[in-house]
Amino acid sequence: MKKRSTFLGVWSAVVFAYMFTPILIVVLFSFNGSKTAAGAWSQGRYNYQWDKFSLDPWLNWNQYPDLTRAFVRSILIALVVVAISVVLGTMMSLALVKYDFKAKGIVNTLLVLPLTMPELVLGFSLLTLFASANIERGFVTIIIAHVMFCVSYITTTVKARIRGFDWGLEEAAADLGATPRRTFTRVTLPLIAPGIAAAALLTFALSLDDFIITYFNAGRVETFPVRIWNVRRSSIPPQLNVFGTLILLVCVALAVGGLFFQRRKLAALRI
Amino acid sequence: MAGGVAVKAKSGDGMRPSRPWVPWLLLMPGLLWLTVFFVIPLFDLGRTSLKNGGLSNFTNVFRNNSEVIGRTFVYALIVTVLAVLIGYPLAYFISMKAGRWKPVLLAGVVLPFFVTYLIRTLAWKILLFGGGPVAGVLRGLGLLSKDGEILNTHAAVIGALLYNFLPFMILPIFVSLDKVDRRLLEAAPDLYANGRATFRKVTLPLSMPGVFAGSLLTFIPACGDFINAELLGSDKQRMIGNLIEKNFLKEALRPQMSAISFVLMVLILVGVLIYARLLGTEELT
Repeated sequence: MKKRSTFLGVWSAVVFAYMFTPILIVVLFSFNGSKTAAGAWSQGRYNYQWDKFSLDPWLNWNQYPDLTRAFVRSILIALVVVAISVVLGTMMSLALVKYDFKAKGIVNTLLVLPLTMPELVLGFSLLTLFASANIERGFVTIIIAHVMFCVSYITTTVKARIRGFDWGLEEAAADLGATPRRTFTRVTLPLIAPGIAAAALLTFALSLDDFIITYFNAGRVETFPVRIWNVRRSSIPPQLNVFGTLILLVCVALAVGGLFFQRRKLAALRI
Repeated sequence: MAGGVAVKAKSGDGMRPSRPWVPWLLLMPGLLWLTVFFVIPLFDLGRTSLKNGGLSNFTNVFRNNSEVIGRTFVYALIVTVLAVLIGYPLAYFISMKAGRWKPVLLAGVVLPFFVTYLIRTLAWKILLFGGGPVAGVLRGLGLLSKDGEILNTHAAVIGALLYNFLPFMILPIFVSLDKVDRRLLEAAPDLYANGRATFRKVTLPLSMPGVFAGSLLTFIPACGDFINAELLGSDKQRMIGNLIEKNFLKEALRPQMSAISFVLMVLILVGVLIYARLLGTEELT
């Protein structure tokens, strides 16, 4: 029994090392300074070989304006996608959790299917639709594509979080004379808000990270991942790792913050 | 919300709405979006695949690319099997042995998702290229010849695919292991089962839904990937995704590319529907 635990512990440590090494490399290589001139990275150089530790990439984060622009563009797209898909997804999950109705199974299956399709099929089939409808691909089609798969994520995440709530509270509010709007803002929304926040965070990360679906439907618009793809053969500067590390830090901070916030709320409820 | 008075139906399944259109009103915008931008494109894909040549598009594309298609499924299968073998013990450790470290270790499993997919795949290029650390160690151990390469091999592409999709395997297995009633595990020794028998007869069967869900969630994205093969492989490692990526802007080839992704879609749809029939859709999300 004891031996088995030791084996499992060692095994897990090795697997975690496998999972963390590339992350370490990403962070480390954001501090990779060039021994030669400051602009060496732009001359067809790849950020593969370690030169020396330097803060230059972080200080000159805007050395490649096209990369920065693509990064900002991706964040804007993600914000729009979160806004649209949170509304659509929350409405759907409320309907699915609160009510019993016919065809619920079919709706649930329809929601799961986009999550189980390869992105290749989702992206390429959407491309054939836009192509046969003669719709030019760009900003709008990227947002359409992202919302399409994010709605499913939001709905399933929020659904899982709000299952088992006491919807009788809404009736109680109504019995006490609250208008439907007041019931929603004062009772329903505070109840479901933590679930929505978690789903919104997930969606933001998914939209920011998506490459395959975006690539097929982006036209000439470059999101951050598309920009990386397009320059993969010409130059891969350390600034790319700077942005990557930044995303990692923000995600970790938000996740830890969310956990902390939840703990405090739980502790407060217990008193 | 505006439903007003509603009658409670079977518990857990939600209540029967007082006005039957209320849930549909809530569902409509989302359903409309999914129908127009998910369901209809799949039909459009089918329609496009039959343009300029009908069914011959299918036979042509499969005859001309049988190697790439075969390789894709072999890669995805190897990745899935390795992911089960590597991921199961880890999921077991987190669920059964980690104690209060459980949430921290779980966060560790999803940590790679916080790094942009393309950037973390490029990190493998830093690790594996000829002058990189892995090649150095292998040469030092005499396992790699002086001009031997790790990049542009099957192992490089499979290893990176495995890396990128391993969390999809670990998480569902963890969920199903965590649901196992611990009293069953305590009862087993009382009934004279040793540790191994308990695992084989109780834990393993109860965690199979997680293994199946994880296998689908690993196999499917691995089948459709082209990033790993492009960044870490050569022409000898190309997959279906690379074929479509290279040709998606060429309108003349679009019917053939549609044919190949239509077949991929049907295969996966069948797999998912069989799974959903047998085990439900709960674990897939």
